Amino acid sequence: MPEIKNYTLNFGPQHPAAHGVLRLVLEMDGEVIERADPHIGLLHRGTEKLAESKPYNQTIGYMDRLDYVSMMCNEHGYVMAIEKLLGIDIPERARYIRVMFDEITRILNHLMWIGTHALDVGAMTMFLYAFREREDLMDMYEAVSGARMHATYYRPGGVARDLPERMPQYQESRWRSKKDADRLNENRQGSLLDFAEDFSNRFPGYVDEYETLLTDNRIWKQRTVGIGVVSEERAYQLGFTGPMLRGSGVEWDIRKKQPYEVYDRVDFDIPVGSNGDCYDRYLVRVEEMRQSNRIIRQCIEWLRANPGLVLTDNHKVAPPRREELKADMEGLIHHFKLFTEGYTLPEGEVYTAVEHPKGEFGVYLVSDGANKPYRVKVRAPGFAHLSSMNEMAQGHMLADVVAIIGTQDIVFGEIDR
Amino acid sequence: MSNSKQQLADALQAALGDRLDLVTLACNEVTLETSPENLLEVAARLRDDEAFRFQQLVDLCGVDYSQFGRDEWLTDEASRGGFSRGVDGGVSSGRLQFGDELDSLATRGRRFAAVYHLLSYANNQRLRLRVHATDDDFPVIPTVTGIWKSADWYEREAFDLFGILFSDHPDLRRILTDYGFVGHPFRKDFPLIGHVEMRYDPERERVVYEPVSIEPRVLVPRVKREDNRYLAEQPEVSDEAQSDA
Repeated sequence: MPEIKNYTLNFGPQHPAAHGVLRLVLEMDGEVIERADPHIGLLHRGTEKLAESKPYNQTIGYMDRLDYVSMMCNEHGYVMAIEKLLGIDIPERARYIRVMFDEITRILNHLMWIGTHALDVGAMTMFLYAFREREDLMDMYEAVSGARMHATYYRPGGVARDLPERMPQYQESRWRSKKDADRLNENRQGSLLDFAEDFSNRFPGYVDEYETLLTDNRIWKQRTVGIGVVSEERAYQLGFTGPMLRGSGVEWDIRKKQPYEVYDRVDFDIPVGSNGDCYDRYLVRVEEMRQSNRIIRQCIEWLRANPGLVLTDNHKVAPPRREELKADMEGLIHHFKLFTEGYTLPEGEVYTAVEHPKGEFGVYLVSDGANKPYRVKVRAPGFAHLSSMNEMAQGHMLADVVAIIGTQDIVFGEIDR
Repeated sequence: MSNSKQQLADALQAALGDRLDLVTLACNEVTLETSPENLLEVAARLRDDEAFRFQQLVDLCGVDYSQFGRDEWLTDEASRGGFSRGVDGGVSSGRLQFGDELDSLATRGRRFAAVYHLLSYANNQRLRLRVHATDDDFPVIPTVTGIWKSADWYEREAFDLFGILFSDHPDLRRILTDYGFVGHPFRKDFPLIGHVEMRYDPERERVVYEPVSIEPRVLVPRVKREDNRYLAEQPEVSDEAQSDA
């Protein structure tokens, strides 16, 4: 009888469960993982180097493309770094809009995660449910910025424009009957805030649906309970942040501990797990969706009551309104300077971190006083999480690797940058 | 808030003063500088000392300071040349063509640095630690993977992109660039357009590498301005961004 030796298995880079272009070289003993060596960088675009050759504002769009399922949160980290180094203040209304869209983004991200994670593990329905809701959220993105995903909506000094008074409508076409269009337009008759409120009324019911499908599901529990267990001490060592850290029982959320924008003025709870396995991280993220919904509702209420500026009137940083260009010489000069040369930042360096849906998204910005950054480093949460793959997967079965990729919420846009 | 940062800076100065080259507090962030020889001792103290407890290495990145402070367009006098002076002239990695060398480097001796961002969950503090490698041509910094495990991939990344060598690193391989990549792309003398481009050659039936054919194009020159706003006072950091919870 031949002796069975360890063998090496190549997983990816084009594997549907690899969440993008992850190549894993797995050393196997039978069906048990001995060593996992992730090869990354297949989506490396050199975003940070590109940023060095462009004025500050032109990089905002690249930020969307880092973690391409939580676009506005990436922008948030970047514009906050610029604002901190400039030392400018932004209007109150812009702060609330940012918080609202950060939370919309968090739901958007978690829906993507729950859909693909469940699909990898074998639950097809989840994917369809999650993408149904993502549609509404992306409509909100579209209404406010014109793009369903890569919004480029946040600007240093606020946000690009105010929330629209009217939601875009579906049109009758060869493929969509009048009846269908009317049905889709039913909750789009009012403003964006009305639409968001309608969504936030419906959403807790949807989360209940997801939980019915998964929380007590025997197969789901068999695939996630006790898989990829990380202790609190290891979580610090491995650089875990966000839901990965909270799943291991650490009560830490930048929104609470080092609040930015108006997070100290909204009411929400931080869910914390206890076992540090995939199932706990699932529970944490599901509860985060409910909490995000709570924050969105509070923001809607405030935004309804408080109209005002959404972009700073400091025209050294933000362009003046279009009407001002027609009559005001200063406005025209500011506009010209901003869009040809941009603005310069004082010499210095800052690190800002936001609570991104995946963890701590940090931007380290070094400026030498020019109109372009000297160095931008994006601290992507997924990078640290994926680096723990070897430790998390050791001793588990091959099929559990897929569950671990799912629970780490891997997106290659941010890991490879 | 800035009070607690000042306290941290003072405490660090008191505890590690002889091992540190610089302690600064700017933009409400504390920055330390130390030398490669003292790095491991300082890092271990920062992690284990009860007063600091920086349990996590949040981020580690390389920086190439060789072009720091250089701009492409003089702004202290007006001329007829106008904006095109900046567009035609100047050197930066965005303008390098194939085969170009970036000759004059602004700084010698302190070109490469590794920047560590630390986070203390126990004390809710952040800290930046910078280490300059002493030799420009052969930058070596000791690894901190023994102190913070998360440094592993970050150091691989800094090695890949900047060519900083981390001595005693368990597995210092390239991480982000392609298999068989030559050079360190985030160095300031590495052209933005790269050196080679890749295509599939149907005759040889394999992928071939060729010198880049695209032209570099920089539309906006790098400009530094004597901006009065920054000369008068250092920017006041809003407390919103970082305040005690």
